Amino acid sequence: MRYMMLIYSQEMETATPQARSVVAAAHRAVLDETQLRGILRAADPLEPSEMATTVRVQDGGVVVTDGPFAETKEQLAGYYILDCEDLDEALAWAAKIPTGCAGAAGCVEVRPIRQMPARVPVNG
Amino acid sequence: MDDHHATVESVFRNESGRIIAGLIRVSHSFDLAEEAMQDAFAAAVVSWRAEGVPANPAAWITATARRKLIDYARREQTRRNNEDQLLYEHVLRSHASEEEMSRPFEDDRLRLIFTCCHPAINKEAQIALTLRTLGGLTTPEIARAFLVPESTLAQRLVRAQRKIQQARIPYEVPSPDRMPERLSAAQAVLYLIFNEGYSASSGDNLVRRELCADAIRLARTLTELMPDNPESMALLALMLLQDSRRDARSSRDGQLVTLEEQDRSLWHLDQIAEGTRLVERALGRRNVGPYQLQAAIAAVHAEARTAEETDWKQIAALYGILNASQGSPIVSLNHAVAIAMSESLDRGLALIDDLGSTGELDSYHLYHAARADLLRRLGRNREARESYNRGLALTTNAVELRYLRRRISELDVLP
Repeated sequence: MRYMMLIYSQEMETATPQARSVVAAAHRAVLDETQLRGILRAADPLEPSEMATTVRVQDGGVVVTDGPFAETKEQLAGYYILDCEDLDEALAWAAKIPTGCAGAAGCVEVRPIRQMPARVPVNG
Repeated sequence: MDDHHATVESVFRNESGRIIAGLIRVSHSFDLAEEAMQDAFAAAVVSWRAEGVPANPAAWITATARRKLIDYARREQTRRNNEDQLLYEHVLRSHASEEEMSRPFEDDRLRLIFTCCHPAINKEAQIALTLRTLGGLTTPEIARAFLVPESTLAQRLVRAQRKIQQARIPYEVPSPDRMPERLSAAQAVLYLIFNEGYSASSGDNLVRRELCADAIRLARTLTELMPDNPESMALLALMLLQDSRRDARSSRDGQLVTLEEQDRSLWHLDQIAEGTRLVERALGRRNVGPYQLQAAIAAVHAEARTAEETDWKQIAALYGILNASQGSPIVSLNHAVAIAMSESLDRGLALIDDLGSTGELDSYHLYHAARADLLRRLGRNREARESYNRGLALTTNAVELRYLRRRISELDVLP
């Protein structure tokens, strides 16, 4: 079962290079280990939420606003998709994912990815 | 009630936890297992009336539920969904060992306890799910016990079961590295169930008793299945020791009777004996934890034939250890009371006032009640009355309200 790990962290502009490198090393460790086990399906960091643009279609019109859909203290900062046996395995990996440049400021939301019936490719 | 009807009911109460645990194992589904079990019980009502109660009713239910599962799988198979196909094959494969199915693994129930008490499910749902699947309580009964609308509870259960299925919460005994944390979560759920039944708040009395009995039964299961854990043993002991006082702790007209005033001849000696034995065995493992300390305290109370004989010194010492390892304002409060009773009322009162100075306990009615109690014993009646009144203003529990009012009226006749 594939799980998406959504990393929410405080966006710290002020994180020191040392702090950043600690976080980067922790990510590398998770990436390496999950890849080695063949369960890493995807993982990416996101640009800060001030780079976000939100699009909402309402009343037949398109409303575009600057910024993320919700202004919260912790913002979506990146994600992993891992193929795990069960939730316990997914939670164990989630605990290893670093959540912020400052260290512990943040959390990881673990969501199972819904299984969809296989789609027939359009052009064969 | 008809004989067969009573049998169906008692099999449901006592065996449904075992039966469903096994059905979940073969079906990999809470929903299907539950549906199959319910269908089997429904079939039992009809069949046992006509043909008499079988020699082994639980095995009959299990075998019937298994056939239902296979029926469902066939029905689903016609839909040709991949997952259902898997389920179908799984059930068919394990069908070969029907013999084995009617002798459910003890492990199944253990798995089920850990699944129901998984931290990914919210606490209320953990409790409801545990009672529903392992405790043999029906949804309306649980709703009545927790004073929530039946529809709310049903929704809570559906949501939890869906999460188990869709987020794939494992149906297994946790690995050793996760065990300590998961075991204490399971213990906490069982103790919450017990306390809900034991606490003096309103609600259906019969159902409340059933909650206590269920919690004790499940704690017993936990100790049988994991016999080496002293905290599980102590949890069972703690429940037995508290439950042993059930007939003494309220008067016939529903008034709260304090430990000090209880008629100790109403205490259930068999439960006290078993509880005490369990505490001693647990403490012998030399790995002390909070349930062991609480159970030890309960055992000291239980040992005293009269309130005056209570060994408050030992109780104070035990609260001292509990306070050091698991400090909470409420434990500190109990510690202070034990010191008041064993050393001096003044010293206990000073400790209580110290505790109160942080303001943290200001809104806790039992803080004021405990303080009032010491003031009363010291003969400082005016202050005692004041404190009882503060406690009175903070509680909504009918039984406690009546108790505090009684204390105040007793003081009113004094100068």
